[in-house]
Amino acid sequence: MQISRRGFLKAASVGVAVTTTVGAFGFGEAEAAVVAHVRPFKLANTMETRNTCPYCSVACGVIMYAKGDLKKGEQATITHIEGDADHPTNRGTLCPKGAALKDFVLAETRLKYPMLRKPGSDKFERISWDTALDRIARLLKDDRDRNFVTTNKDGVPVNRWTSVGFLAASATTNETAFLTYKVVRSAGILAFDNQARV
Amino acid sequence: MGGNAAEAHPCGFKWVTEAKANRGAKLIVIDPRYTRTASVSDLYAPIRQGTDIAFLNALINYCIKNDKIQWDYVKAFTNVSYLVKDGFAYKDGLFTGYDEIKRDYDRSTWDYQIGPDGFVVADETLQHPRCVWNLLKEHVAQYTPELVERICGTPKDKFLKIAQWIAECSSKTKTMTSMYALGWTQHSKGSQNIRAMAMLQLLLGNIGVRGGGMNALRGHSNIQGLTDVGLMSHLLPGYLNMPVEREKDLATYMSTRGFKPLRPSQTSYWQNYKKFFVSFQKSMWGPAATAENDFAYHFLPKLDVPAYDMLRAFELMHDGKMNGYFCQGFNPLLAAPNRTKITESLSKLKWLVTMDPLDTETSRFWENHGEYNDVNTASIQTEVIQLPTTCFAEEEGSLTNSGRWLQWHWPGGSPPGEAQHDNWIMAQIHLRLRKLYETEGGAFPDPIVNLVWNYKDKNEPTAEEIAKEISGYAITPVKDPADPTKTLVEAGKQLAGFGQLADDGSTACGCWVYSGCFTEAGNNMARRDNRDPDDAGLYLNWTWAWPANRRILYNRASADMQGKAWDPSRKLIEWDGTKWAGYDVPDIAPNAAPGTVGPFIMNAEGTARIFARGMLREGPFPVHYEPFEAPIDNVIAPKIRGNPVARVFKDDAEQFGTSAEFPYAATSYRLTEHFHYWTKHNRVNAALQPEFFVEISEELAAEKGIKGGGWVRVWSKRGSVKARALVTKRIRPMVCDGKTVHVVGIPLHWGFTGAARKGFGPNSLTPFVGDANSDTPEFKAFLVNVEPTDGPAVS
Repeated sequence: MQISRRGFLKAASVGVAVTTTVGAFGFGEAEAAVVAHVRPFKLANTMETRNTCPYCSVACGVIMYAKGDLKKGEQATITHIEGDADHPTNRGTLCPKGAALKDFVLAETRLKYPMLRKPGSDKFERISWDTALDRIARLLKDDRDRNFVTTNKDGVPVNRWTSVGFLAASATTNETAFLTYKVVRSAGILAFDNQARV
Repeated sequence: MGGNAAEAHPCGFKWVTEAKANRGAKLIVIDPRYTRTASVSDLYAPIRQGTDIAFLNALINYCIKNDKIQWDYVKAFTNVSYLVKDGFAYKDGLFTGYDEIKRDYDRSTWDYQIGPDGFVVADETLQHPRCVWNLLKEHVAQYTPELVERICGTPKDKFLKIAQWIAECSSKTKTMTSMYALGWTQHSKGSQNIRAMAMLQLLLGNIGVRGGGMNALRGHSNIQGLTDVGLMSHLLPGYLNMPVEREKDLATYMSTRGFKPLRPSQTSYWQNYKKFFVSFQKSMWGPAATAENDFAYHFLPKLDVPAYDMLRAFELMHDGKMNGYFCQGFNPLLAAPNRTKITESLSKLKWLVTMDPLDTETSRFWENHGEYNDVNTASIQTEVIQLPTTCFAEEEGSLTNSGRWLQWHWPGGSPPGEAQHDNWIMAQIHLRLRKLYETEGGAFPDPIVNLVWNYKDKNEPTAEEIAKEISGYAITPVKDPADPTKTLVEAGKQLAGFGQLADDGSTACGCWVYSGCFTEAGNNMARRDNRDPDDAGLYLNWTWAWPANRRILYNRASADMQGKAWDPSRKLIEWDGTKWAGYDVPDIAPNAAPGTVGPFIMNAEGTARIFARGMLREGPFPVHYEPFEAPIDNVIAPKIRGNPVARVFKDDAEQFGTSAEFPYAATSYRLTEHFHYWTKHNRVNAALQPEFFVEISEELAAEKGIKGGGWVRVWSKRGSVKARALVTKRIRPMVCDGKTVHVVGIPLHWGFTGAARKGFGPNSLTPFVGDANSDTPEFKAFLVNVEPTDGPAVS
């Protein structure tokens, strides 16, 4: 859900222009001079988006302000995040963690590129997504073909693969969770967990 | 108790202070530390960590002895009148059927007596010696205020005052809520901690009512969602179970899942299990799941052990039996116990893939950071692929909060660099693996090559598309069971809810408890109408809650036997003569007249279980067990160390310390300014609480010659850390069984990546053992030693 303040501000500035022309207060040129030097309100250029805090499960509503509109295909940079006053739980408030969310989004240690650390190496090297994903698929396929167990000693189908495991993330969405479930379970992986046990 | 909401869940805790200010609510805090929650409490008492069950059983005993029971509620809505099998007994810390070698019980006697009519035998007068009520009375009788003082270190007068306040909530018009978090779960008997309080809440009539309940203050934004969607080794979505290998086909799997009602006219909603299961299979494998192949039952892997939980996964790695591992937004190098073992385990992997928006310690476990990560990089042969993902601000979808609300959110920012959404990454992994199987063949490709993948852009499934799969759709037209000539849902359309699921393959539904979140009416999780009639606090049109948009579970229990609210000021739903109606979606068939159907519709009994039958591994009633590392022996069962049924791997048992070597009782916790290991990447949070410290009492500091702000070394049998000492009045020594016990508090946050100073985490010290039911590691109670030391060398 995105709300632009641009529309509102456009209407407001039309109001200002009309006032200027007519000179409602009778100071025609002086009023025009005042309007001319007032800087446009900074929020005029931000896009607001509703989100929820990704930290604890109180799930406070937040409003993110960005320069640029994702929906128009523009590059968008978050410039500010604040509590959502309409949200019934937090009613606009945020804790010291939520109030600093912008620092997480813009952290210097946000990862930007797929990286590879070769066995024994002391560094990460940048690789392409295709290289990374093809490598992962090959590692999975080879290990699965080698270690997949189709039946147990009694001949009962068990179709399990226990030499590869997957820890999922309790900060991902339900939709990512289900897609992850589909991919991991269809491969026969049993060692599948998330932070719920921690 | 078991939580510190003012610091860990501040914006939720605001409602506690609201209740204090506007409703005259009283806040009781029972915690080893005088926390910020305690600082605004009306009554605070210290307790030694890991002894909650002794305290809670004593509260139950107090309520029984003083007749502070909500009797109408307890008699009608719980199993207190049911008779238990004759073989069941308790002695010296153990129930009937214990096998010391297996560290497990034969639970066959832990059940009800069944009458010739096939229903549980009950004695409504509660006179029969084998009824649950009398067994409970007998079980908790030994938990006296004196025993509480001896085990927990809580002064007797403080305990009695708390007991008196809590017992008042047995009134029909007074309600207590319990808010707990990891302070209860991170123990080798965490499930029983929670169960003990749930039993007390039932005896007080506080479950299913407004302002009552057992409130798990969950730690992560979607830990509830990931549990609901079943991302755990032993689960299918919606709390269905993964099959085990002795369940050789679907009929065998279903044979123990009939859920026949145990009392007359009960709902026993799990009777619909097969509908949920088959609809899940159809959502996974569509046309490849047919009645002829047991709906692709063998496409699911079968368990040979109860769970492949995280601890077992690291044990397998340590044994060289695990070759590859994925960490998607998970930092086990700091989040899993016994870091030395975690490092050794990761070093034995052939490959590790991490997916995270941030640069985690786990993805750099091979990198030497001096004393903060002292590894021999060259000797570690693990190949590591680190994948950059988007964060919340750049993605769309729903998260499930502690109140079970599924709230939709929207992206507002562009990802940095080449970071990609998890959905895209998971799709790429699947599509590439699928292609390899399609072209090369290989081991049992069927579940991979037949996985339903009907997304418009196969490379990037959208959140809406997946939400629709989760909520469920008709594969063939769904007919009205009352009138088969009528079609309720046309083929291809979204289902209205789980009531429309079928077990014949005509419906698909990824997670039955979420059915209804995305219907033909649209995305219910995106609703934003925040009106709240009569300030009931329910907000039925704000997003969507599972199940069926119900906000308070078991809400039928908020009304008496005539269907009127126990407390008119806390009305939820009432019987209007023909149906249940009110502020909330009824948690009962709307036309089930009072007096017939019990409120606990998921239980075959229709009632809540004071006696848990064989549902938990330790026993039907909670028993006080000490932590595996405890400063004193178990005074009620001196021969038992820790939880007698918790799984302990051999090497780990050898790494438990004793109180002779490690005299101090340590615990871990989080600070208000920090969120686990993430916020050390944020400059603001890193600056607010910049440096790793441990918290000790003035008495311990004096005894050991430690100065506030000075350096200390803290070590356990498994590792050693260096920290600043925070000498505080917030932690006080306690006397337990005649012995002075000092508590050492160890906050978590620090590592070797991010914007914060480098530091250690408590997991360098903690034992590798978990709860017997959930395998949650025992982070909250372990033993350490402490000594003053020099600070790190300044370069």
